[in-house]
Amino acid sequence: MSAAQETRDGLTAHAGDPSPARRALRRLLARRTAVFGLVVVVLVALFAVAAPWVAPFDPIATSWSLVRKAPSGAHWFGTDEVGRDLFSRVIWGGRASLAAGVISVSIAVGVGVPLGMLAGYVGGLLDAAISRLTDAMLAIPFLILAIALAAFLGPSLGNAMIAIGVTATPIFVRLARGQVLAVRAEEYVEAARAVGNPPLRILLRHILPNILPPVIVQATLAIAAAIIAEASLSFLGLGQQPPSPSWGSMLNTAQRFLTQAPWMAIFPGLAIFVSVLAFNLLGDGLRDALDPKSQ
Amino acid sequence: MLKFLPRRLLQLIPTLILVSMIIFLLQQLLPGDPALVMAGEEKDPVVIAQIRKQYRLDQPLPVQYFYWAKGVLSGDLGESMRIKKPVTELIREKLPVTLQLATMAMAFALLIGIPAGIVSAVKRNSAWDVGANLFALWGLSTPNFWLGIMLIFLFSVKLGWLPASGFVSPFEDLGQSLATTVMPAFVLGNAIAAVLMRHMRSAMLQAMAADYVRTARAKGLLEKSVILKHALRNALTPVITLGALEFGTLLSGAVLTEQVFSIPGFGKLIVDAVFNRDYAVVQGVVLVTASIYITLNLLADIAYVLVNPRLRG
Repeated sequence: MSAAQETRDGLTAHAGDPSPARRALRRLLARRTAVFGLVVVVLVALFAVAAPWVAPFDPIATSWSLVRKAPSGAHWFGTDEVGRDLFSRVIWGGRASLAAGVISVSIAVGVGVPLGMLAGYVGGLLDAAISRLTDAMLAIPFLILAIALAAFLGPSLGNAMIAIGVTATPIFVRLARGQVLAVRAEEYVEAARAVGNPPLRILLRHILPNILPPVIVQATLAIAAAIIAEASLSFLGLGQQPPSPSWGSMLNTAQRFLTQAPWMAIFPGLAIFVSVLAFNLLGDGLRDALDPKSQ
Repeated sequence: MLKFLPRRLLQLIPTLILVSMIIFLLQQLLPGDPALVMAGEEKDPVVIAQIRKQYRLDQPLPVQYFYWAKGVLSGDLGESMRIKKPVTELIREKLPVTLQLATMAMAFALLIGIPAGIVSAVKRNSAWDVGANLFALWGLSTPNFWLGIMLIFLFSVKLGWLPASGFVSPFEDLGQSLATTVMPAFVLGNAIAAVLMRHMRSAMLQAMAADYVRTARAKGLLEKSVILKHALRNALTPVITLGALEFGTLLSGAVLTEQVFSIPGFGKLIVDAVFNRDYAVVQGVVLVTASIYITLNLLADIAYVLVNPRLRG
């Protein structure tokens, strides 16, 4: 999109000003905690993507001579009950966790935002139906609905992602609907309607860009929640199946060896904590940067 | 209030019906034909037809739902396939255990979250404020099953102060009961304390900027009395009502916490049912949880209107 077009669409007020996105980025980078979150998120993502090259050992290779060895120079996080290298398993486990976080939230955003926009824009019976369904889903506690869905779908990482994604959808329906209700009466939307734009074009070109900031904030925080949810489902045996590593299932095994090998429990848990903390910090920072009103 | 309550109650009906539909439809996600599974090895067509008729599997879905909902309304949630007990009886057995845990967790959450929120608002931007905010971040980012495992490692394995797992009813031995529930209750309360602290902090900051607090100060009241009598009283009510909504978090958290500490409560009931493919129990537990949550939501709304005269209208 050219600068002239942007100006015509009212996305930028003056040609000389930095764009809203750039101003938001500047505000984000001015916050130390948010920058810390961003750096950790990028690092976790890099490790997850580069797992085959950065992990020093095969994450599923067992060795009977290395059963439950304490952390050492060769095995930084120690080894587990069948002699697998925990550092490598934590890195590979990050793949499962991050993928679960990003994919399940993409499902929730991809389904929830269009539904919420439709409900908010069209109104009437459609809005009532979508809103009641959202209320009903939100009435069931998050993890309990996710567990029930995962149980009925069958235990696997893919099904866990679907279960978490479906469970997180109503939050985005409600958010998008509320945002559309707030902006649909704005002058630029009225103007777009008055010149005869079709509803779909108004929704995509004029409303969507304006409701995006809170959606991005919510999505970042939802990834944090989804990582915990995936770890929880895997901990219960409803997510990633052995021997593939996942932080949740590693903790499940670790619980049985707490007396002999506490390191088995410490490192996967720390990995979850650090990743979730990073997404939470980044989400909080994005909220302050993108939506100064909400402070 | 008179106008608000009936409308709010009317809204509940479609929500409850939809919740029950979602729960009923969960079963349809199951792969395979339940009649075939129940017919056993021989797969006698006569037996299969008989089972279909008996469980109304030959009827269209809406008819099946109607009969299921009729049963639910008369208090019949079906029977556990594995334990051969009515689901309502199982829930009656397990719910008090989780309620004890939830109550203790809420006590922890209030005792930690409210004072932390007040202090961080009153001493804004001080070391106290930073500390309280760090605590909130920690609470929100720690998976509670990991915190549980770490506490077991510290207090049971290393120090030997508390039992690592199990549950004793308070009617049997109160001391033992507290010893078995103090760690899981803390684990559950920790995350909610973080949420309450954040709510309390922002409500308190808002109250302290209000005109009535400035007036109280102008009258020459002691700062302590301004904070405790004027600001806190007004800030506390929305926080308490928001706290009621954290009940859903408590029930979700209880699923994992009870698993970690081997506590035979509501959460363990649903996990065991999931693994034994005991679907009637899963459906029953989800339905009861949702109903409790919806009721608490309603009570929180009513309380909010009652304490806020401007909303009474």
